[in-house]
Amino acid sequence: MKILVPVKRVIDYNVKPRVKMDGTGVDLTNVKMSMNPFDEIAVEEAIRLREKGAASEIVVVSVGPQKAQDTLRTALAMGADRAILILSEQEVEPLGVAKLLKAVMDEEQPGIVLLGKQAIDDDSNQTGQMLAALSGRPQGTFASKVEVKGDKVEVTREVDGGLETVSLTLPAIVTTDLRLNEPRYASLPNIMKAKTKPMATKSPADYGVDIAPRLTILKVEEPAKRQAGVKLGSVDELVAKIKDLGVVA
Amino acid sequence: MSVLVLVEHESGVPRDASLSTVTAATKLGEVHALIAGSGAEAKQAADATAKIAGVAKVLLADNAGYAHMLAENVAPLVAGLAGGYDAVLFSATSVGKNVAPRVAAMLDVMQISDVLSIESADTFTRPIYAGNAIATVKSSDAKKVLTVRGTAFAKAAATGGSASVESVSGAGDAGLSSFVGAETSKSERPELTSAKVVVSGGRALGSSEDFHRVIDPLADKLGAAVGASRAAVDAGYAPNDYQVGQTGKIVAPELYVAIGISGAIQHLAGMKDSKTIVAINKDEDAPIFQVADLGLVGDLFQVVPELTAKL
Repeated sequence: MKILVPVKRVIDYNVKPRVKMDGTGVDLTNVKMSMNPFDEIAVEEAIRLREKGAASEIVVVSVGPQKAQDTLRTALAMGADRAILILSEQEVEPLGVAKLLKAVMDEEQPGIVLLGKQAIDDDSNQTGQMLAALSGRPQGTFASKVEVKGDKVEVTREVDGGLETVSLTLPAIVTTDLRLNEPRYASLPNIMKAKTKPMATKSPADYGVDIAPRLTILKVEEPAKRQAGVKLGSVDELVAKIKDLGVVA
Repeated sequence: MSVLVLVEHESGVPRDASLSTVTAATKLGEVHALIAGSGAEAKQAADATAKIAGVAKVLLADNAGYAHMLAENVAPLVAGLAGGYDAVLFSATSVGKNVAPRVAAMLDVMQISDVLSIESADTFTRPIYAGNAIATVKSSDAKKVLTVRGTAFAKAAATGGSASVESVSGAGDAGLSSFVGAETSKSERPELTSAKVVVSGGRALGSSEDFHRVIDPLADKLGAAVGASRAAVDAGYAPNDYQVGQTGKIVAPELYVAIGISGAIQHLAGMKDSKTIVAINKDEDAPIFQVADLGLVGDLFQVVPELTAKL
């Protein structure tokens, strides 16, 4: 079985985003960029499924600018077999990405598409579900456990009330949550090896997909800032302050 | 303009998050509520939803295929009904986040996630970059599909309305997925996302035993829900459904007590709209103190039991 893993290049997890003065977006010049952390978990899970014998080939795909190839190389260094870069210097919305991924799915015929539940830049949490809809396949979102059982995959999902397990008929789309696994670091030999792994470059037009955005960002602002309050000297002071709030009976 | 809202329910009662989504929907037009479910509980939920202030009509889809809100079954139902509406609204809960994008893609609509405010019929604000920026976005799609952040809208009154209940039917089981089981945390405490008081613990608690030994009595004293930082959940001190933050639950209680939580931006994204924030941490430079109204620097293992005793 083939596993397709879509990955996105985003602002590094540890960088505090700064809103541009002109209100058009977040300043990404000279900011460290990395693979979306949830996608890293997806790459790791695909590798583990291959190690268990449930998968034979791992194909990674990214929709993004030329530099997204660094992200794909990272995935190859972790253990993916080959990569597809769908080049777009303009930002593509989740619906457009899902349409492109659907076209890649048609071509590659994966048994599972494994991807992050959300990207930490736009925080949309949509692409996997949209891909599932467009391909008419089931979805196991927010996965904390993934088990292939014959022609089905059992996915344990992190939901508001706790955990829920669903069984999906393959092919299926699975989106990862934080506790699915801890991604490995690529070793130096594997980083070297990744440089020679195949990477195809495509364009949205190659797939005949219209990626024109549906949303216009009118402005991007900083949220209202909280002022730091007071530091108290004792528990007694804190007790008095909490009682003053009137929320405690 | 008319709006369809997927109202989530549990044990025959509409969920609080859905009451907030109804409020958001009333800002757009006439509100019709969809109850998808199975049997007597669904019927009971539909009758309760008919009483929610602001709901003009309730659509009840009663089918065994909707019992577990599997997206493969529920999304075609919602998409099938969407033709008659200008907007379809979901709550940004684990159900809404799962189902809404599937509906949006079926309708060829670019969804707007986690809406914080409704500026006009086509313009909305939403958080991006873990809430470090707020984007105002305008949709050019004829139909809108939104998920709504519960804490950003007041809950609609659960009584006062008198809508009619109409049965609708959908295809039910799509045959793609099945429900295997659930492990839900049973708790007598209030629900985390709608609690008036939340007490959250972080990695500094050090173990699951200490997490419960220190946090639970204070939560009991305050009638609070219990939350946790990602670090505490990852370490196994608390279950996943306790997680407050960018990718966990978003809370905005009257009082939020952060215990042994350093205050990573991803955590702050989930709680910084709380009315009053109390932080207890032994590191006086912890970022949590930059957003806390009341801070106390000290060893939580001494401070928290003392606080619990004196409250």
